[in-house]
Amino acid sequence: MWKTLHRIGSIGVVTEPAPRPDETLRVAERLQERIRATLGRALCIRVVDAGSCNGCELEINALNNPFYNIEGLGIRLVASPRHADLLLVTGPVSRNMALALKRTYDATPDPKLVVAVGDCGCTGGVFGESYASAGRVANLIPVDVEVPGCPPTPERILTAILTAISPAER
Amino acid sequence: MLRRWLADSSPLPGAPGVQHVAAAPETWQSLAQDVAASGGLLLALWAEWRPAPTVLAAFLCERNVIVAELALPGDRTSYPGLAGIFPCATRMQRAAADLCGIHAEDGDTRPWLRHAAWPADYRPLAPRQGDPRPAAPVVADDYAFVRVAGDGVHEIPVGPVHAGIIEPGHFRFSVVGEKVLKLEERLGYAHKGIEQRLAGMPLADGHRVAARVSGDSAVAYSWAYCQAVEGIAGARVPSRAEWLRALALESERIANHLGDLGALGNDAGFAFGLAQFSRLKELWLRALDAAFGQRYLLDFIVPGGVARDAAHDRLDALVERARGVAAEAAELRAIYDEHAGVRDRFVGAGTVAPDLAVRLGVLGLAGRASGRDHDLRVDLPCTPYTALDVRKQARTEGDVAARVAVRFDELAESARLVTTIVARLPAGECRAAMGPAPAGALGIGLVEGWRGPVMVTVRAASDSLIERCHPHDPSWQNWPALEHAIIGNIVPDFPLINKSFNLSYSGHDL
Repeated sequence: MWKTLHRIGSIGVVTEPAPRPDETLRVAERLQERIRATLGRALCIRVVDAGSCNGCELEINALNNPFYNIEGLGIRLVASPRHADLLLVTGPVSRNMALALKRTYDATPDPKLVVAVGDCGCTGGVFGESYASAGRVANLIPVDVEVPGCPPTPERILTAILTAISPAER
Repeated sequence: MLRRWLADSSPLPGAPGVQHVAAAPETWQSLAQDVAASGGLLLALWAEWRPAPTVLAAFLCERNVIVAELALPGDRTSYPGLAGIFPCATRMQRAAADLCGIHAEDGDTRPWLRHAAWPADYRPLAPRQGDPRPAAPVVADDYAFVRVAGDGVHEIPVGPVHAGIIEPGHFRFSVVGEKVLKLEERLGYAHKGIEQRLAGMPLADGHRVAARVSGDSAVAYSWAYCQAVEGIAGARVPSRAEWLRALALESERIANHLGDLGALGNDAGFAFGLAQFSRLKELWLRALDAAFGQRYLLDFIVPGGVARDAAHDRLDALVERARGVAAEAAELRAIYDEHAGVRDRFVGAGTVAPDLAVRLGVLGLAGRASGRDHDLRVDLPCTPYTALDVRKQARTEGDVAARVAVRFDELAESARLVTTIVARLPAGECRAAMGPAPAGALGIGLVEGWRGPVMVTVRAASDSLIERCHPHDPSWQNWPALEHAIIGNIVPDFPLINKSFNLSYSGHDL
């Protein structure tokens, strides 16, 4: 126990300041600002891997580490789409996952936001479209914000999430 | 026993110690039986149309790998299956039937990678198939799960969308109360047509797709792909590039083990472990970013060498970081070992006993936790592992605690290797030009990734294009082992046991 407490005390807080929203990532403007204000800083996110190579998942997982400390920003990754305000979706969307993704989207209560993560989620990436791959996330469900990268860094993913919930700058 | 087969074999280009044997329908099973009798394993089974229907199997033997090729005579599209000899062949045979329309004559005949998203008669890897996309319906199919009957038995279906940040797959638990009687996995949700995507690509470009077969093993896959292509094109990779590849591979192992050790602590109810190890992993990824310009080395290994050199001062900083991470991980190991709650969850959970591991052909890290000390870096080393004297890590308990212990030991060993590799890194070029590859040639790459042996085979077409590329992940062998590991455990221990294997969905589903 002493060793555990000693490590906690000696390492201290390593959390870094959150990035600023980035308007260039926004692809659609669907939510009214009033709703955004309500979602505000108590955002619940459901992650859906719709067929990725698992590279994006590694960086999404990193959002929980002490450096990015996403929970410190009031953002929680939740276990069910029924608890979620925002879907974080990685791709490409495999055809075997297309139905599950649509059902997950439908199970998420309105109003909802969707962030497509990674080159494959944004464009289909190296996998493109085929008998087995339906390509980008926007081919199946409406997408608000896209964050490219292979994989995008945790900071870029966090930027995309914060862009989705911040009012659009006009 | 294998000598008579090896007498008629020829070496395959690519990874060291690989022999090619031409089999016939009458000898195909007896070769597999001889491999099994001499303690060998089935590493992979796949099919090709070239243009005759052909089945291939790679066997991992004590001192070499044997690739057996069975060209089916006449218009035959079925072959004697190997599921009776190697149970892990079953799912690979089902996948070969789905993708190529070449069927085994034994075992389970249910579809595996094909759900309902494309027509049942469409074979993505067979010739003259057209394009099924416009007709592709999105419907749920009715998969024939094996049912468990009895008083009080009920089913818990989980997935394909899971509660955590993990890949898609379906688990069907049959339970009484909390106790698991049976787990049946249904995979294939992440199937995105990787093998069809690779067919027809230039040999010089395939490494980008190979690296994305399973993103957490990008270095292992891109290296295995390049080994195969360099073998058939006769390229001589500069020695600095070979050492940098090993540095990247050990770095990938460190990153994944750090991530798993934190997640395992968390799944045992010890959030402190996740916070500590995820901090170490982030520090390690930032050191990699500084040294190589990428946190995850997805595009570092390229045919002929590596994409870019790393500066000496950056590599020295990487070594410093590796030492620091190893020292802190050792401290955390002592905390895990002394924590009664963590020990209670780890010890005895999800056991795969050594004799079961032998029967199931469990590979890699999970195999080493169950008494099978195979490690390609020691058993069939390529350069620079021939000069590195890697120490194998193995346990025999086969439980979550053993898989944790193997990770701790391998983490320390990889940190040591990083130090050694940087200290002995040869000077010189880090990329060579690639020559043309002879059409029809088959090359093979074998790399011990963090999860286990990764295999990539490449057959060249004319004009330096890919005719057929087959990547194989050790998860194929280890997913069935998870079904056994959970039996008799309670449902709430499943996330912990699953994480202790941490198998790839994408690498398996292709």
